[in-house]
Amino acid sequence: MNRSKPISGELLTLKDEIEGYAVAAGLDFFPQVFEVCDYDTINILAAQGGFPSRYPHWKFGMDYDQLSKGYTYGLQKIYEMVINTDPCYAYLLQANNWVDQKIVMAHVYGHNDFFKNNAWFSNTNRKMMDVMANHGTKIRRYMERYGADAVETFIDKVLSLENLLDIGELFETSSLKRHRLEQNELQKSENEDDGYLIDDRSSALKSFMRTKARLNKRDEPVKSEDEDIVAERPLGARTKDVLGYLIQYAPIEEWQADIIGILREEAYYFLPQRMTKIMNEGWASYWHSTIMTQKALDASEIIDFADKHAGVMAMSRQNINPYKVGIELMRDIEYRWDRGMFGKEYNECNNMKDKIHWDRKLGLGREKIFEVRKSHNDISFIDEFLTPDFCERQQLFTYKYNPRTGRFEIDSKDFLAIKQKLLSQLTNFGQPIIEVEDGNYGNRKELLLHHVHYGVDLDVNFANETLRNLYSIWRRPVNLKTKYEEKEVIFNFDGKEFKTLH
Amino acid sequence: MDHPIKRDHARFRKIVKGKIRDNLRKYVSQGSQIIPKGTDKFTVPMPSIDIPRFRFGDKSQGGMGQGKGQSGDPVDGKEDPNGQPGQGEAGEGEGNKELDVELSLEELARILGEELELPNIEPKGKKSLHSVVDRYTNIGTTGPDSLRHLRRTYKQALRRQIATDSYDPENPAVIPIRRDFRYRAADVKIEMQNAAVVIYMMDVSGSMGDEQKEIVRTESFWINLWLKSQYKDIEIRYIIHDATAKEVDEQTFFRTRESGGTLISSAYSLCKEIIEKDYNPNEWNIYPFHFSDGDNWSADDTKLCLDLLDNVILPLSNVFCYGQVESRYGSGQFYKDLTAKYGAVSEKLILSKIKNKEGILDSIKEFLGKGK
Repeated sequence: MNRSKPISGELLTLKDEIEGYAVAAGLDFFPQVFEVCDYDTINILAAQGGFPSRYPHWKFGMDYDQLSKGYTYGLQKIYEMVINTDPCYAYLLQANNWVDQKIVMAHVYGHNDFFKNNAWFSNTNRKMMDVMANHGTKIRRYMERYGADAVETFIDKVLSLENLLDIGELFETSSLKRHRLEQNELQKSENEDDGYLIDDRSSALKSFMRTKARLNKRDEPVKSEDEDIVAERPLGARTKDVLGYLIQYAPIEEWQADIIGILREEAYYFLPQRMTKIMNEGWASYWHSTIMTQKALDASEIIDFADKHAGVMAMSRQNINPYKVGIELMRDIEYRWDRGMFGKEYNECNNMKDKIHWDRKLGLGREKIFEVRKSHNDISFIDEFLTPDFCERQQLFTYKYNPRTGRFEIDSKDFLAIKQKLLSQLTNFGQPIIEVEDGNYGNRKELLLHHVHYGVDLDVNFANETLRNLYSIWRRPVNLKTKYEEKEVIFNFDGKEFKTLH
Repeated sequence: MDHPIKRDHARFRKIVKGKIRDNLRKYVSQGSQIIPKGTDKFTVPMPSIDIPRFRFGDKSQGGMGQGKGQSGDPVDGKEDPNGQPGQGEAGEGEGNKELDVELSLEELARILGEELELPNIEPKGKKSLHSVVDRYTNIGTTGPDSLRHLRRTYKQALRRQIATDSYDPENPAVIPIRRDFRYRAADVKIEMQNAAVVIYMMDVSGSMGDEQKEIVRTESFWINLWLKSQYKDIEIRYIIHDATAKEVDEQTFFRTRESGGTLISSAYSLCKEIIEKDYNPNEWNIYPFHFSDGDNWSADDTKLCLDLLDNVILPLSNVFCYGQVESRYGSGQFYKDLTAKYGAVSEKLILSKIKNKEGILDSIKEFLGKGK
């Protein structure tokens, strides 16, 4: 069932042309594969996070529903999808007009270069297309064996915790390396006793099996399941990798551990994209703009291009448009480094006139932004390069809820306030920081999570429902320590009711 | 073969409709924001299921924006209509799923129909009207001066002058005479026409608060919208009642706050009068709607109501709809009385309870879902 097909003819010629410009500009990318498809297919791909094959789940159906409606009612249109794989796959909408295809191709080379070079992506699996397909096969198999509803219900519960990730896991630290080596060893030894299943299981599952094996060794003879829950559960260390923790220590079946492992692997795969949204879109937009205006555009296409580009760059009063902020900040950095507007001498200069006309003719701009795209994520990008001038030029502001008028109103246009707000929104990829604090809380095998509170309360209803899902995996009371309305509290769910303990 | 996502999609739709996975029902937001905003702007319903996660409370968080404005200016005002940020990209986006769109009323009715899976209404058999319409598409040689077609008249005069060689290019005066005059003439067209009348009755006794009225207002907006899409002509009449009933205009219907007791029969007899006076049931599709909180003054009056329904209103109407809006003060007794008499499901009478704003869509579906 081929819903998309490789480009041919004119588009292929166009690809060669654009690729030539990209190479000449110094972009360094994975081999690029373009395919064309109709809007329904691109909606499917978008709903599935860019991948042609995922595990069965209603949430993909939901996203598909919304994207299709959005397209039908003319609210939005997806021009392109690009996936972080090697070779890098990108899908073009068949119905795009010629200028659109040009813009999109140039844009895609920007993303491709970013995927390949940005440090946060260095450990992502570039063969994810196969991995995703395998995950689908495995989950379908579990559904056949344990029932579609049972498996789907379990997936829902895990998805509830999917955002509890530790960005540190993206890098191979020394302990990670050791961990991986151990696993290789383990795999070798397991391969000896039972053969064919092994390659089928996720790496997470293998480590789960190892833990179980170790546990069994310790409290032989093996106790009954229920006793096991209460009696023998190690504490584990503090961690933000909640899913990883559950695989190790929750009293779950093998297939359940495997499913957590699968979802965890996928969540970590997407994590770098969530951490570099501004930079990634900024970089790709910078390049489509540069390539188009300097090389690829025909004079007759300039109006169409300007129109499309302006649409993508539209500012919103309610949200930051990552394309806009990203491209402007990239350009600002390039400009400043071209003219030497950085460093001690510049910073200490008090003469505004000198500062405005400052030009040391260094021409370091291009080099600088290549370096930036390599080593930064959105947080460090904003932290290091956002300037008061920039905020003013870009008309950035923060807003907040005014309970008196019942509306959201502009709060501040002050540089520090803006910067702080942006950074806090980006911290931990915009998700609350939650860590496992204790797996034997109160010495009663309860689970204690800790929400590291940076001034914003959690949504209580959502927190309670999440605890309910967590309980069904942990099967002992679960607790969340947080701050709510200025007070230290613990939300508790014991399987029957929610309590707030002070 | 279809892509497997179609199965995910079907499954999602079933969950949203509460057919499977009941445990997810509470996370479904029905997209009840299907409410008019301003003149032509609407929010399209996008049902979604929110998987619970640890996440920040919305209101305390605030946000960031870009654009002109000073401290204190609201950020949810008008936006640049040309801008639609964003191309698609791999990854996850968490965004607000509510969408503002400009839509025409027809489109909106279609969406409503699709969303609620409303069947098209089959107008009552012989009650489709043949109406005679005059359309001035023809030209005649006689007629009143007011319908004289000047261009055709002069054309005719010119033709005559050239034919009789009395036309002088040097002095191009064209002077029509009596027999040159041409007049617009009517062609008689027979058009099929379905006519419908909706008679809204609302209880405005002391127990119906602003919230209850808002529910009635929103619900009748959507009912009108749907019926308008189904009938060429639609007339709407409004009746309010407490212990007495009177016919009012639309403004008054939604604004009035009366107080005092409730005699539902007063509204029903006025409804009966209106039908008998203005709407011959052989020509009109008649839809009486009654909204109340279910409190009636006395059992005797309820009996009178049931008699009116039985003998007059039900036989004349396509379907009679009773919507009971939940209110803190109402006992809801009338609903029970109707159920006792007609049963929960009946051919000619549809009952619906509307708990709160979220219940509006379900209630509309109950009323219109049968295609009557």
